[in-house]
Amino acid sequence: MCGICGCEQTASGLGGYHTHDHVHNEVAELCNTSGLPRTRMVQVEQDIMAANQSYADANRTYFTERAIFVVNLLSSPGSGKTSLLVEAITLLKTRFPVAVIEGDQQTSLDTARISATGVPAWQINTGKACHLDAHTIAHALEHLPAIDGGILFIENVGNLVCPAGFDLGESHKVVILSVTEGDDKPLKYPNVFHAADLMLLNKIDLLPYVRFDMNAAIEAARQVNPKIGVFAVSALTGDGLVAWLEWIMAGIDHAKERRQMALLARRAALQHELDSIDLQF
Amino acid sequence: MHEIALCEGLVQTLEEQAGSHGFRRVHRVWLEIGSLASVECDAVRFNFDIMARGTIAENAQLDIMEVNGTAWCLPCGLTVDLHRFGDPCPNCDSHQLQVLDGTQIKIKKLEVT
Repeated sequence: MCGICGCEQTASGLGGYHTHDHVHNEVAELCNTSGLPRTRMVQVEQDIMAANQSYADANRTYFTERAIFVVNLLSSPGSGKTSLLVEAITLLKTRFPVAVIEGDQQTSLDTARISATGVPAWQINTGKACHLDAHTIAHALEHLPAIDGGILFIENVGNLVCPAGFDLGESHKVVILSVTEGDDKPLKYPNVFHAADLMLLNKIDLLPYVRFDMNAAIEAARQVNPKIGVFAVSALTGDGLVAWLEWIMAGIDHAKERRQMALLARRAALQHELDSIDLQF
Repeated sequence: MHEIALCEGLVQTLEEQAGSHGFRRVHRVWLEIGSLASVECDAVRFNFDIMARGTIAENAQLDIMEVNGTAWCLPCGLTVDLHRFGDPCPNCDSHQLQVLDGTQIKIKKLEVT
């Protein structure tokens, strides 16, 4: 029985509300018989990824203020990410500060390989998680020395699905596809190829032994992302590495320009603040 | 993809919203998920039930509204439907498409006490 008007309508639905076909005391058309407080609606309009995005934005500000060029490397397990990284580091480390964040579900085997090159590396073991997120990157930075004006490589967990959805604050996502995989992979795992700015086709030294159509792979990637850049490389023979290194060095120059622009913007903001004080007094 | 992480984020967001909007219990959640977000809605429902246990959202009903992806076709100069990445423009078959909508995973509204 309704506790407000005594009608015989039974409660149904959440919070014990029931509707009436009559009006009591011109006050309530909905009565709450459950004794629980009334429910109410809250408009939220919030992206679930907003928390990750705010960490990513903070990381990006940190990198911009220090002119650090950040590359987030994505691929399937076994595409040669670490080998490619070791080769690039060997060629870059005499000219620029370099550091590496390694993401793996388990073990620090990759960090051991990177550390052997002499550059600082920090391992993140994601445990059950299938990707790195911006918050773990922020904490990893606490363990690395300053590399102002240099390059930070983030080797993501070997996974062509989940890492695509997580902005880490990087300058670019780079996807690696090796010729021992299928040339139709960009169509099978489109999100990661859509999120990346550059695709490295690795292990091209194996092309004579595998059925892999380079043009088909590039066409598939461009179908998903018309703007994606492509370099064909071999970590083993060094073929094509120069083009990739030039791309990295252009990125380092760009990071320096961005730092200058950020500093100029900060100076303008401070000047504006000073001017407003002058007016007040 | 990472539906467990998404549901963790969802429950965490609900706990934060409870503080800012002053509620103690969530009865119903309306989510908007874009078709290009690479999210399996059934996996979200399953994981949400598990992740919500022992929180303010325990036993809450989850309503998922799926939103179709749209893109701007450069050759056509039109907004067109894009159901998944890699599909061509339905008008001109071009792949010169810039995604406009459909990648979101968003909480729209809540029913709370």
